[in-house]
Amino acid sequence: MTTPLLAVRDLRRYFPIKRGVFGRVTGHVRAVDGVSFHVGAAETLALVGESGCGKSTTGRAILRLIEPTSGSVTFDGEDVLALDGARMRKLRRRMQIVFQDPFSSLNPRMSIGSIVREGLIIHHIAEGAAADARVRQLLEEVGLRSEYASRYPHEFSGGQRQRVGIARALSVEPSFIVCDEPVSALDVSVQAQVVNLLQDLQRDRGLSYLFIAHDLSVVEHIADRVAVMYLGHIVEMAPVQRVFSVPLMPYTQALLSAVPAPEPGLKHSRILLAGDVPSPANPPSGCVFHPRCQHPARDAACAGIVPPLEEKAPGHFAACIKQTPTTVSWEQQKSAGGTKPPELFVPPSLAAATY
Amino acid sequence: MTAPLLEIESLRTYFYTDAGVARAVDGVSLRVDAGETVGVVGESGCGKSVTALSILRLILPPGRIEAGSAIRFEDKNLLEMTEREVQRVRGNRISMVFQEPMTALNPVFTVGDQIAEVARIHAGMSKRDAAAKAVEMLKLVGIPAPEQRANEYPHQLSGGMRQRVVIAMALVMNPALVIADEPTTALDVTIQAQILELLADLTRRLGTSVLLITHDLGVVAEHCTRVIVMYAGEVVEETITTGLFSAAHHPYTEGLLGAMPRIGRHAERLATIPGTVPPPTAWPVGCRFRDRCQYAWDRCEREHPPLYQIDVAHVSRCHLAEEPERRAHPHPPLAAERGASAA
Repeated sequence: MTTPLLAVRDLRRYFPIKRGVFGRVTGHVRAVDGVSFHVGAAETLALVGESGCGKSTTGRAILRLIEPTSGSVTFDGEDVLALDGARMRKLRRRMQIVFQDPFSSLNPRMSIGSIVREGLIIHHIAEGAAADARVRQLLEEVGLRSEYASRYPHEFSGGQRQRVGIARALSVEPSFIVCDEPVSALDVSVQAQVVNLLQDLQRDRGLSYLFIAHDLSVVEHIADRVAVMYLGHIVEMAPVQRVFSVPLMPYTQALLSAVPAPEPGLKHSRILLAGDVPSPANPPSGCVFHPRCQHPARDAACAGIVPPLEEKAPGHFAACIKQTPTTVSWEQQKSAGGTKPPELFVPPSLAAATY
Repeated sequence: MTAPLLEIESLRTYFYTDAGVARAVDGVSLRVDAGETVGVVGESGCGKSVTALSILRLILPPGRIEAGSAIRFEDKNLLEMTEREVQRVRGNRISMVFQEPMTALNPVFTVGDQIAEVARIHAGMSKRDAAAKAVEMLKLVGIPAPEQRANEYPHQLSGGMRQRVVIAMALVMNPALVIADEPTTALDVTIQAQILELLADLTRRLGTSVLLITHDLGVVAEHCTRVIVMYAGEVVEETITTGLFSAAHHPYTEGLLGAMPRIGRHAERLATIPGTVPPPTAWPVGCRFRDRCQYAWDRCEREHPPLYQIDVAHVSRCHLAEEPERRAHPHPPLAAERGASAA
């Protein structure tokens, strides 16, 4: 097996909760609570989940824009978390990020030409006239006219600003880009333009993406593999067709069934989750999803046993002790108070409605 | 035929800005019948939210509803009413659910007090009755432990819970019409499903009409009987929902449907609509979509298309209705030739 471009192991990021005038730490928000995954060369791994599941924190922790609490991140053989400031800055040339909000992520006082140029200068890639030429080339490449280099961000629409953000990321010739909800602030017609651009760039430059998103239809379109996060954990990870056709984690099943189907009459039976996502400061015991789970075999064992992210089918990982096959034996489950043996559960309506 | 509950006729809402007159809503006509859920879709800047605010007369200067517009609700023209009369309609007969529940709620009052306020002002209830009504409404919208929740402040509730509170406030007076402006856009998809089911269930039980404003065609497909597509301040297509998805007529609608990635449909590339919406201070003459349209021809430049009747209950603002053979010859739109860069 070849080594992946990016390998993340047991990554954690806890945020302290401070109370009172002395800022006494009374607990921790476990935003990211032990996630492991890898991204191969020219591959797109999508990280999906709802607000507060830890997907953006994961993306930022990999680039050390937020320092992880523990875990390891290996990029092209280098231990990212062990690097000092100077060497980390150097590595950032190869690992870039495109942010969600194209309005707050561009400096309003800089022309878009200087925004894109900045990386070239800092990383000593080009100077003077050569840098200007490179900026023009980059703008053309993302579908903006090079004459616009002297204009300012407020003169552009949301989709065009997002193109500037992409040109800025590309300027230093990275091999890996964290795309943090890059299209969720855009209208659907503009979103399609940006999604196509990201795919073209990947094909032409062999880029790898960690594509963070909550919109499952965009993810299905762009991703090779999908990791589903819930309350700081990866609960399912598989090739994209597997996740959308045979989702094994009950949470993924509910998430997919909640997407409104743009076909009138084709109303699939919806799994309506009860209640809200619990607080990551005080997550449920055992399986973090168990209080809202609809699996027919859910029982006391789910509250007692932390489910391992285990391989249920080749390349298809899920964290559910009730979904067969499982390495957590029925005996173990019974001793944790289990009363219902594990069984394979995929709502038939779900697979039928989407495929 | 019974009179429609709400009938808007050639509504024009203009904003007089330093950059010129922004014709945000420019001749919109639509109707909502009793018990019906009508969707209004379109992208940012198409005028859908300004249409909603105009119905409630919530347009502030430099905005103005132009003379010649009419908004008839329960047989009265809202635009001819005094402010006092409009206040009796607002919150009473027509209420609104906004996109952002955090800004729609007052952070310094408990949610119970805010719901009770509606009952006290509009129904003249006593403090005690209004407080009881607030708890009853919280229960109706499925908030667990409503007696305790009534004493909590908005920041103590999750986004989904807050939106339930906003819906509770909107339904206190059992209005005939609820205008929901992107009610679930700020919410996660599983919470969105809960809230839309709740809204559909309650309005069905109470017989309330809903004008649902959204950019999400999936939401429209599941919840609306009729749909109105807006572009550049105008209605460009209107039909029953099934018709929109099986037989969209207007090239803009066609483009929207193609640009939307759909689970289970494996497209190599997404279709795009090149270019961007023109600024509302300078709508092009002729067809406003023509620069982005793959069928546009010289007529589209000269002649502003009217709403053509395509079928029973299906209208479209496109000259293709008269020259359908041109659909067989698409060409790259002008905006694509100019590049995506027309700022």
